[in-house]
Amino acid sequence: MKALLELMLGDPQADRAVPQTGMTVRLTVFVAAVMAFLAVITLAVSLTTNRVASLWAADLAQSATLRLPADPATADALLLSALDVLETTPGVTRVRALSQDEQQALLEPWFGPDLPLDALPVPQLIEIVTDGDDFDVEGLRARLSAQVPGAILDDHTAWRAPLLDAAARVRLIGWSVIVLIGATVAAMITLAAQAALAANARIIAVLRLVGAKDAYIARAFVRRFTLRAAGGALVGTLIGLGVVSLMPQGDATSSLLLGVGFEGGEWVWPLLIPVMAAIVAFFATRAAAFRRLREQT
Amino acid sequence: MIELENVSYGYGGQTLFSHISLTLAPGSFHFLTGPSGAGKTTLLRLCYADLRANKGKVRIFGQDAGALNRDEVAMSRRRIGVVHQDCQFLDHLSIAENIALPLTVSGRAHEAAQNLPELLNWVGLGPQANQRPPELSGGERQRAALARAVIVSPDVIIADEPTGNVDWEMSQRLLSLLIELNKMGKTILIATHDLAMIRATKSDVSARVLRLKDGQLVQAGAEL
Repeated sequence: MKALLELMLGDPQADRAVPQTGMTVRLTVFVAAVMAFLAVITLAVSLTTNRVASLWAADLAQSATLRLPADPATADALLLSALDVLETTPGVTRVRALSQDEQQALLEPWFGPDLPLDALPVPQLIEIVTDGDDFDVEGLRARLSAQVPGAILDDHTAWRAPLLDAAARVRLIGWSVIVLIGATVAAMITLAAQAALAANARIIAVLRLVGAKDAYIARAFVRRFTLRAAGGALVGTLIGLGVVSLMPQGDATSSLLLGVGFEGGEWVWPLLIPVMAAIVAFFATRAAAFRRLREQT
Repeated sequence: MIELENVSYGYGGQTLFSHISLTLAPGSFHFLTGPSGAGKTTLLRLCYADLRANKGKVRIFGQDAGALNRDEVAMSRRRIGVVHQDCQFLDHLSIAENIALPLTVSGRAHEAAQNLPELLNWVGLGPQANQRPPELSGGERQRAALARAVIVSPDVIIADEPTGNVDWEMSQRLLSLLIELNKMGKTILIATHDLAMIRATKSDVSARVLRLKDGQLVQAGAEL
């Protein structure tokens, strides 16, 4: 903690001992800003995908659809039997047979608005809402096969699994990109720190001549690069958040592109980016400085 | 203070000197002479652990210099003031900041406020305190280098051709400052090819004069 405080406050005398080198200053700040910007966008897309997929999956997990055979002769009897079975099934909180208009609306995208639903053998659909905990899908299937022959129960597992899988992959890709961004920042800062150390070889020799320890020399570089990376990352993060806020907003459950951004506790993640950039810069510069100082004996 | 025992040093297959022994006792005053390229600067660098001997043993304040780690080397440098021929300043700092540098790097920057004005007056650089090193004359730079070497009150002062770039009058002034330090108990080792300067000190200080030639270190005699 004391070392961190010393790093943040700095030693003006020690800072003055090593002159600023313009090229490495601009390079560090610029790259840190760009990488932070990319990290914010990646985070926003990744978190939004995750959030929307979770919402969709949750909705699907608490609902099921029962499809009755499209036989006009037995339709009413089957509907009554099915409703009877469903209303006495534990875990089922709501049951509703879709009206003809609703079924027409579902088919309209494929067959157009003029579909003569009355003249076609369209199966009756029943929407089932469950509490998710007590609902026994296999038990219900067994009862339906006995009491409502030909009824098909769809608990949406086939839809939900690939959705969750896709969301998990998007999340994994997002975090992989962020790790790569961190590695790129570390590599760039290592190069910039080495360039700065090489450019200041004579100054380092003088500092050693008067009794400076490696830790003292390294600290001047570490502090400088840490603050530059944090400053650049802060600017990049603010620009990234600005861009995210300009994205069209809407009901994210209807379209992934509507609602890209951060919600609630997710705001912590972009705010951590400058801190992470500073931590990466601290360790990258420290490692580069000590390695260079060992070589420069 | 500093001992060299059967020390040999060379690089690139060439031996610069071999089996050299030297003891810098506390409060002693040594001149090291010899032709250019004889290895005077190398010998001095061995004395403040800037180089490591190929053979033999160098002891600095009783410690084997070859076994010192990097922090221990830095700590030993704080007890040895070094004056280079080219001074080795940080040109972006003022002369006052350069002189205070040994205090700054050892975490004693606060002591500069009380030591620096007196030291600047001692070397006659009070008015130049805020100037940058390139703005000073050769003699002023040498005096500033001497001030930097002594600001932490080191036990040993090693000077490499401290009068190489200055006129006779300035060289005498620098030498008198070094003699003054020796009288305060500091151990002095000066590398120089200026025999006239050595002769001029005979009446002021009891100095041992060593000559490095053909890879050997011998006591100088008749030529002085």
